[in-house]
Amino acid sequence: MAQRGIREYHGKKMLARHLDAYLEDSIGYDGKIVLVHSDTNWDELVSDNPWLKSEKLVAKPDQLFGKRGKHGLVLVNKEFDETRSWVQERLGKQQTVNGIDGVLTHFIIEPCVAHEVEYYAAIKSGADGDTIFFSLEGGINVEENWDKVVSIQVPVLKGIEGLDIEGRLPESLGKNRKLVGSFLKGLYKFFAAMHFAYLEINPFAIAGDNIIPLDLVAKLDDTAEYLCGKAWGDDLEFPAAFGQNLSPEEIKIRELDALSGASLKLTLLNPDGIIWNMVAGGGASVIYADTVCDLGFSKELAMYGEYSGNPSTNLTYEYAKVVLDLMTRKKDSQGRPKTLILGGGIANFTDVAKTFTGIIKALNEFGDKLKEVNARIFVRRGGPNYKEGLANLKAAAEKIGVPIEVHGPEYHMTRVVSDALKA
Amino acid sequence: MSRPDYLLFDRNTTALIYGMQTKAVQRMLDFDFCCKRDIPSVGAMIDPGKFGSHKVFWGKKEIFIPVYPDIKTALGNHPDIDVMINFASYRSSFDTTMEALEESQLRTIVVIAEGIPERLARHLREVAVEKKKVLIGPATVGGIAAGAFKVANTGGTIESIIDSKLHRPGSVGFVSKSGGMSNEAYNIIALNTDGLYEGIAIGGDAYPGSTLLEHLLRFEANPAIKMLVCLGEVGGEEEWKIVEAVKSKKITKPLVMWVTGTSIKYMPKGIQFGHAGAKADATRETAEAKNAALKEAGVVVPESFDDYDKAIKTTYERLVKEGVVKPVGEEEKPPVIPMDYSSAVAQGLVRKPTNFTCTISDDSKEELIYAGHKISKVIGENYSVGETIGLLWFKERLPKWAAEFMEIVIKLCADHGPAVSGAHNTIVTARAGKDLMSAVASGILTIGPRFGGAVAGAALMFKDALDRKLDPDEFIAEMKKKNIKIQGIGHRIKSLKNPDMRVVLLKEFAARNFPATRLLDYALEVEQLTTAKKDTLILNVDGCIGVLSVDMMYGLGWSEARIKEVVDGGGLNGLFLLGRTIGMIGHYMDQSRQKAALYRHPWDDILYDLPPLVE
Repeated sequence: MAQRGIREYHGKKMLARHLDAYLEDSIGYDGKIVLVHSDTNWDELVSDNPWLKSEKLVAKPDQLFGKRGKHGLVLVNKEFDETRSWVQERLGKQQTVNGIDGVLTHFIIEPCVAHEVEYYAAIKSGADGDTIFFSLEGGINVEENWDKVVSIQVPVLKGIEGLDIEGRLPESLGKNRKLVGSFLKGLYKFFAAMHFAYLEINPFAIAGDNIIPLDLVAKLDDTAEYLCGKAWGDDLEFPAAFGQNLSPEEIKIRELDALSGASLKLTLLNPDGIIWNMVAGGGASVIYADTVCDLGFSKELAMYGEYSGNPSTNLTYEYAKVVLDLMTRKKDSQGRPKTLILGGGIANFTDVAKTFTGIIKALNEFGDKLKEVNARIFVRRGGPNYKEGLANLKAAAEKIGVPIEVHGPEYHMTRVVSDALKA
Repeated sequence: MSRPDYLLFDRNTTALIYGMQTKAVQRMLDFDFCCKRDIPSVGAMIDPGKFGSHKVFWGKKEIFIPVYPDIKTALGNHPDIDVMINFASYRSSFDTTMEALEESQLRTIVVIAEGIPERLARHLREVAVEKKKVLIGPATVGGIAAGAFKVANTGGTIESIIDSKLHRPGSVGFVSKSGGMSNEAYNIIALNTDGLYEGIAIGGDAYPGSTLLEHLLRFEANPAIKMLVCLGEVGGEEEWKIVEAVKSKKITKPLVMWVTGTSIKYMPKGIQFGHAGAKADATRETAEAKNAALKEAGVVVPESFDDYDKAIKTTYERLVKEGVVKPVGEEEKPPVIPMDYSSAVAQGLVRKPTNFTCTISDDSKEELIYAGHKISKVIGENYSVGETIGLLWFKERLPKWAAEFMEIVIKLCADHGPAVSGAHNTIVTARAGKDLMSAVASGILTIGPRFGGAVAGAALMFKDALDRKLDPDEFIAEMKKKNIKIQGIGHRIKSLKNPDMRVVLLKEFAARNFPATRLLDYALEVEQLTTAKKDTLILNVDGCIGVLSVDMMYGLGWSEARIKEVVDGGGLNGLFLLGRTIGMIGHYMDQSRQKAALYRHPWDDILYDLPPLVE
């Protein structure tokens, strides 16, 4: 992976914990915010955060999606009891957001802060350096007023130290110009030190000497965990995108993936589809999926899947079982045969015969079911012992009575896809 | 050795390998051998903090590759090295690559590690640009100059390399992000053109150290390369830079290219393909948009990957027709790399007689095995120490009574105070400042016919007498006649009236638990006669253990031959040895806790009785 979204809650908590260290002036953010989910103990929450009872509150979902106001998912300026029942009514409920169905599982509650102006600040990392964006007119319309956004490029090697941020900000900031300049500089140092890939505070307000981040979106570079894990906090998580409700099979493959050094991936696209790609290798798996789609069969592509990183025979067996189970649950409604494409490029050092042993074991187990759905198998693979692997696979399928075609590296990698689609 | 800027690797390139990646180094040397290079492509290796050397095969011969503690020392000793392949982990790769970038001697640095934070990778890239060095990676398998130089594990096995004709140069330059797919591409190129000239995998990270375009421009500048092939990816802006370069005629050689990830629009939002960089956030970054723009700029773009091979073939054939490339004629066969002994064994091609045989334990399987019992069973079923000894000494799980007997013997023999020779020697050695092993060994070395060894001796003598059906009095008479002391008989102070508690306990246990005690009964008859002569001539503890051990073996139903094997082989002394070791270790610890000083025997305790002084 690399760049991954985090919750607004964790972003703001990190800001509250660390921003001070990067600021020259005594501006800061107090970090009054709580995260609420189905397991939350509300009494404990209140005793740990007494401000919940003494201040007017704001509540909204915290699940990596925006435009919450437009969907009526922001509660503003209410007492605790009302806020609590508003959140409880929505927790665990199905909701359609920006066209995606999902379940509301996490909310944040913060004090409602009176403010006049709303500023926009964002930092984005790019190949040539990071860019700081600032606008006097923050809020939901910032994109429509993009011409008013000031952007400041921070070069990779020189960094921000020598840059005059304050001087690049609009004069109309007035007395806040120095404060905002200093804040942006500190925010950038925080961004860099914490290995953010993206950080947007839109909008933020200023109340006295305090910066109030009203809304925050952030992505971290998760490979920096070994450097920043402590600073990120023990409770940091990288939530799945909203509406990504995983099937039990997808969850099982994720668990297998997490348990081993090898890589196993499964995303169900259309369980009724007739093309089942089980492909070795990250790069090759994408190309097999592409080719099915490019040849006009995207609707029939049942899954995106990949196994790589030298999985053990047993792991390959477990993976193949999940795929074959999904594939053989029901016959195609139009009576068409189902196609299993066991694809792959030329392996570097993975013993192809060995990994195929796991697949053969699974094929034998699902032999009758494969025949019931009229399955056909197309194989293409190269690498150490591929000849033996292909011969074993062919013999196994023929014994079961499932039609099979096997090819080695002399056959163009994706030609089995066009063969399968033509057949 | 100076090389043009466009040329990273040739047949004389030598590299420094950071990290003891011995397999990768052997693969590089095997490749060199296939290419008939004059010198190995690995000049030196780095094992941080250590000097040394590493032995590798150069064909059939073995040679040494020098190992240095740091980059500077290695380069100082090898002025010809201009490539470093960095195998440091993601945690230390940044620092070691920064160090390498400071070395003017290095032109090319390949960073293998996956998982270097993006900010750090981007920093490395900027420094490399500033220092005018080529950085390949991070997160890459590297690259290959066909017939000249191979980076680390690029190209897979030597069979794949030869199948893809990478042992000799063709005229195609290839670059992609993916290392896995570059292997496939070399195969496609071998099947459809005269072969690869150079191939580079830049790595799948968001900020690679060098870009697709930078390598294409190098290929453009290299007169030996006639045709460019590239595999792009969904996400990022890189392919658009290639579009610009083609439009502005910076790239004029024919380029065949395909951008993968066209299926991403059918995937659920947020799915991440294998590579960190492969994620499209804007329409511009989709595979379709890039493929269309490339095609429009004049790049040969197939309809799908399925036609990638045909596009490459057609382009190559056009170049042949135009006379730009000459197809290769008769292919020369590369020299054969001798097979590694381990792979020959794995494939069942060789065999050799073994020098050792072991019939009791096996550590070569997934789990340790004691005489057919997996260690998980031994622990899971809570085998006693006696049962475990049974497995390793007698290759069977003893019944409870026998296992318990062995444990009783061990407990009885565990120690006998500091004065006996074994403990004494242990103590003296410990006090001389020696370690545990030496002290205990010096104690053990005293075990023999006079100390502790009577167990086996007694078993032998009594068993022999009983086997020959000698009456106890005949046995005693025979031994007297031969002037042999019966082992296991006699004690310094103990007598029938004042019995040795250890012997009492053993006899009681045997009476309760042994199926029968033939030899003990016989020995007790002998004792009746000997004690009649002198009341301390009792069956002592050694004798009792000896005869009961034989009774145990009778009780287990062992054959005469098997019992004889154990008794003759001195196996019974093992019980005393094992038990007494516990005490000796105790004495060592006791002395060492006390920090006891060196022991010197007092003069007045020694009789000095020398011959008279010679004048």
